[in-house]
Amino acid sequence: MTVIEARNLRKAFGSTVAVDGVDLRVEEGRILGLIGPNGAGKTTALNAILGLTPYQGELKVLGRDPWTERDQLMLDVAFVADVAVLPRWIRVSQALDYVAGVHPRFDRAKAEAFLAKTTIQRTSKVRELSKGMVAQLHLALVMAIDARLLVLDEPTLGLDILYRKQFYDSLLNDYFDRNRTILVTTHQVEEIQDVLTDLMFINRGRIVLRCSMEEFESRYLEVMVHPEQLSAARGLKPIHERQVLGRSILLFDRVDRQQLAALGDVRTPSIADLFVAVIGNHAGAAPGVDR
Amino acid sequence: MTTPSNPMPESVESQRTTPAAVPETRPLYWSVRRELWENRSIYIAPLAVAAIGILGFLISLIHLPRTIRELGTMTPVHQHAMGPVNQHGTLAMPYAHVAWLVVLTAFIVGVFYSLDAMHGERRDRSILFWKSLPVSDLTTVLSKASIPLVVLPLLVFAIILITELLMLLLSTAVLVISGVGTATLFEQLPWLQLQLVLLYSLIVMALWYAPIYGWLLFISGWARRTTFLWAVLPLVAITVLERIAFNSSHFAHLLVYRSIGWFMQAFTLDTHGGPPIDPHYLPLAQLTPGRFLSSPGLWVGLAVAAGFLAAAVRLRRYREPI
Repeated sequence: MTVIEARNLRKAFGSTVAVDGVDLRVEEGRILGLIGPNGAGKTTALNAILGLTPYQGELKVLGRDPWTERDQLMLDVAFVADVAVLPRWIRVSQALDYVAGVHPRFDRAKAEAFLAKTTIQRTSKVRELSKGMVAQLHLALVMAIDARLLVLDEPTLGLDILYRKQFYDSLLNDYFDRNRTILVTTHQVEEIQDVLTDLMFINRGRIVLRCSMEEFESRYLEVMVHPEQLSAARGLKPIHERQVLGRSILLFDRVDRQQLAALGDVRTPSIADLFVAVIGNHAGAAPGVDR
Repeated sequence: MTTPSNPMPESVESQRTTPAAVPETRPLYWSVRRELWENRSIYIAPLAVAAIGILGFLISLIHLPRTIRELGTMTPVHQHAMGPVNQHGTLAMPYAHVAWLVVLTAFIVGVFYSLDAMHGERRDRSILFWKSLPVSDLTTVLSKASIPLVVLPLLVFAIILITELLMLLLSTAVLVISGVGTATLFEQLPWLQLQLVLLYSLIVMALWYAPIYGWLLFISGWARRTTFLWAVLPLVAITVLERIAFNSSHFAHLLVYRSIGWFMQAFTLDTHGGPPIDPHYLPLAQLTPGRFLSSPGLWVGLAVAAGFLAAAVRLRRYREPI
């Protein structure tokens, strides 16, 4: 079943177009990473999906119009809008009480069990917790909600590597299953490479790349080219070229692996490398390569 | 805090097929509790003032036996000259003082609460957390409006009731110990009537001041900063503008009417030729609920309040964190 379906989604703030005609289709059971530079329109797109902002175009989330049916939608959608949006005055126990009170699909035992694995005290106020602990608490609350769509907007911003790793591990091991869908935006792309099932790059309000991770791995190859093969490699039209320690690394899209193996060492690129290649190439202008 | 255990569904699947049934009042109840968790001054400030009131009363109890003795030994001629109302007034005075002090405190708390209610959650970005839960903007605004309109009046009534019960007990104890006897006190202190008048006044004030709280909540949801100035300065500006432009003061009169008009509508000081009224103790006969309920000022005010609250709901829907 389709969880999110957008057709020609548009949102402008005055003369600034934040989301410029996005078509989007997310199926159930996917983990989609929405990657883009600052100001690319990620958060605006998420806000539209979450019914936090009005928009133009067609948008259905779980079959509902998020702007007009927001209250109903929030029974099935959970989100972490940002790190540190938990009110600083609230006690951990109060946060549990409140969510249990207002959300019919909140499993308090599950949240308690998750918190038991952390050092967070029930009696602590949020202001007394470290940033990493606040993120853990928020994750505990959100994961205990039996939601069909979970939206995470920069959920690990400013956390250290241990907390970030833990965050995604918990998400995969304790939360995700084939009935749930996760939409995540982040700048820390390396850490979610193994987490995602689908990848989407957004720049200047437009989608510039969209593929599944299987497709990503079969389509994109990175070759550390032997110096003597460089001109031959360039002849295969790499989408990006960079220098590392005096050697050229070329990124290819849809070029035969065997062919590339003759030119140098072939490997799957990181999302970050592809991001730089795609966004860098389109930094100047123009609609995306892959729309 | 203790919590009622949350009834969880037996199976997740059954819940997915049936739309989750939450009684409408449940999110409202928890939202009101949420407000009380966040703003503890709502109950701490009136309690503190009540405690100070009791302390003052305790000190004043030194004079009570003498006062009672004087009242008790008054000749009928004296009593007639003083009037029954004034005798009541003498004993009722400290009770009235404590009550109005707590009411005034609650009013100030309510004003500052309302000015921050819709602003604070945007300022600390927690609105993004609240909005991630299935609680509508309407429920949220109603829960915030209910603090000055329902919770504070009820709380104030309970606090004053208990405070004045304590005061009565203390008085009784002092009189018994000093050997004066409690008959005069119980005869002449209209304790129960004081509570009834208080309850009536609290309801009247909550209804009459509803547009004020509505305005404050609206400004709180609208202004990006300095909510107090945004709430007050436009009123001053309009008053001044009207004065200079038209040399009239209709708007100023409107403001005065809104601040003290409830008293003129809900009470009468006319005693039909009887002895004058002691303001510390208004007999039940001076209450005019019929006139209050039929005054256009009440209903226009309530309509305006509803308008401000509707605007606040709409603002919360569109507004982002600041």
